[in-house]
Amino acid sequence: MSIQTKDVLRLATIGSVDDGKSTLIGRLLVDTRQLFDDQLDAVAEASERRGVGDLDLSFVTDGLRAEREQGITIDVAYRYAATPTRKFIIADCPGHVQYTRNMATGASTADLALAVVDVAAGLKEQTRRHLCIAALLGVRNLIVAVNKMDRVEWSDAAFLAVADQVAAVSNELGFASCEVIPVSALLGDNVVDRSDASPWYNGPSVLEALEATHAGDPSTTTQGARLPIQWVLRQNGGGRTYAGMVNGATFHVGDKVTLLPAGIETTISALRLGGADRTDAYAGLSADIDLVAETDAGRGDMIASEPLPTVTKEFDATICWFGEKPMTPGQRLRLKHTSRSTPARIVQLDGLVDIEHLNVGPSDQLTVNEIGLAKISCADALVVDEYQVNRATGSFVLVDEVTNATVAAGMIGRPSFL
Amino acid sequence: MASPSTTLTNHLDILESHAMFILREVAAECERPVLLFSGGKDSAVLLHLAAKAFAPQQLPFPIMHVDTGQNFDEVLEYRDWAAEHYGARLIVASVQESIDQGRVADPGPMGSRNRLQSVTLLDAITDNKFDAAFGGARRDEDKARAKERILSFRDSFGQWDPKAQRPELWNLYQGRVNSGEHLRAFPLSDWTELDIWQYIEREEMKLPTIYFAHEREVVFRDGMWLAVGRFVEPKPSETIESKIVRFRTVGDANCTGAVLSKAATLADIVAEVSVANVSERGATRADDKFSETAMEDRKREGYF
Repeated sequence: MSIQTKDVLRLATIGSVDDGKSTLIGRLLVDTRQLFDDQLDAVAEASERRGVGDLDLSFVTDGLRAEREQGITIDVAYRYAATPTRKFIIADCPGHVQYTRNMATGASTADLALAVVDVAAGLKEQTRRHLCIAALLGVRNLIVAVNKMDRVEWSDAAFLAVADQVAAVSNELGFASCEVIPVSALLGDNVVDRSDASPWYNGPSVLEALEATHAGDPSTTTQGARLPIQWVLRQNGGGRTYAGMVNGATFHVGDKVTLLPAGIETTISALRLGGADRTDAYAGLSADIDLVAETDAGRGDMIASEPLPTVTKEFDATICWFGEKPMTPGQRLRLKHTSRSTPARIVQLDGLVDIEHLNVGPSDQLTVNEIGLAKISCADALVVDEYQVNRATGSFVLVDEVTNATVAAGMIGRPSFL
Repeated sequence: MASPSTTLTNHLDILESHAMFILREVAAECERPVLLFSGGKDSAVLLHLAAKAFAPQQLPFPIMHVDTGQNFDEVLEYRDWAAEHYGARLIVASVQESIDQGRVADPGPMGSRNRLQSVTLLDAITDNKFDAAFGGARRDEDKARAKERILSFRDSFGQWDPKAQRPELWNLYQGRVNSGEHLRAFPLSDWTELDIWQYIEREEMKLPTIYFAHEREVVFRDGMWLAVGRFVEPKPSETIESKIVRFRTVGDANCTGAVLSKAATLADIVAEVSVANVSERGATRADDKFSETAMEDRKREGYF
């Protein structure tokens, strides 16, 4: 069989309104020939009808009627691109502050944040806010496209001034890598190919930087393997098999594991995918696990290898609040963590995060799009890791019990920069 | 099939496992899910993944075909074969019945029944008390689909509100709905057309024969080659020609165009799709050519 093997890099675009995020993604897709002729024709037609020039590249991603009418991005648009060795899943995120929940949706699964900054405007508060949320959500790699360089006649001084601002913020937030690139999304300079317009710049183009970034979760050497049980499969002839997605490190047949929260120590007797036997199961794989011990484990329980996660009913967490009504101490909500749902209560609010100064101040409530530190108590015990160690077992959402709306994203522990 | 490895680095493995995860999560969280099955390649992949996710058990939900009454015979044959092969319980919701009951107006023998499907689909969801419906839609198909969550909430009128979608962080798919509301779940959201074909090739899946190159009588109409048959009768000005064609998507016989192609095997199709310069919907679907927001408008009304 001749299937090319590609890995998958998930990225989220972030930045302030009007800095040119959607145009940059449009440019990347056009110049890497990811768009079909009829899709390009449709963009050109829509541009002409609305009187915004020959080809408004932002129309490639702004697909909703309201978005085109208002010229803004409301919700995440997912786009796909591929090079011979890599598939890119691009979450093009909205810039407006009232759509922060949508930006967080796009960033929560991203390996990399691609930020766009207007060289003339510098690093705006909204962009700082998004960089902070991306760092909070565990995005480790950062590429910053300093855009509209054609408007400042490709001044290296103007670029370096923004690059210094970016480097300072990146250091503060603890990104593992940060690449700053001068571009013109409109004209395509340094987007796919390196441009002659910036002879003073020796770094990669945006696409080259994207291809050089490590895909998937970072090193898993300090993590144990985890399988939150989603579903119990009954084998023909009796046995029980536990199905779910592996995260953290790798499971092997014969590994000593612990079933939590019960604390039963046992051994993996078989691993399968879709009924076919295999010898190991690594992060991201939807695996089926047979255990030596006979147990009555079910959905919401977890199979884990050392170092083991913590079993707890109360923990400290960082909360991004999306609800229209404020969050207050004492409030009761439903919490979903891995495959387990439980009633939960906000025990206390320990502070409100000031995104601009990266410090924590006192507050008695969290309003929409605010980030805070809180203590949470659950009716049922959860099996957790710190979010900084494991995104899957360290994250949860809070759900309004009446409307069933998702009103908050939560991360167990505190980010390193606070 | 699954070769030993230390990391998940193959895009088909990553997409497959993610889709299986979504299928299991929704099946566990919702009371009465259903898998929407058209007999097209995307729903064929979806059914194949569902069978893998719950092997060796039977599927924990039925599959449902919204039958417009204007399908290609080859697709109906495949539908019945697939239901039997995967051991799935098949429900057929009929657009013709909706017309007969006066729920929707009859567009006439040559008219498109595409938009009418929404009514039949929503009626079937209500009648069967389904609270979740899996669909094979992909985000690369259309700009409105590109905006939709993997779990997409529908109110009690079946409507999608693109301006007020639920936040959907990490792999935490939150499927709680109140009575009368339901979810659409799209496990193939992150797959592209090429991913679908590569996966079908890898899994050696069977598909309706019309996807592969064959000789057929066609007429050229509205920029597309339409198959002459019960649902497409040539107009006096049109000439019937015999061409080697295949279908890139499977919709109603009267609005799905064929493409001129000699791709007769899965390997041929993968090669053809990887160098295509027209999108599958642009090439073959008259129903998407009405306006720049045709898909968004239909989705708001409850379409797939």
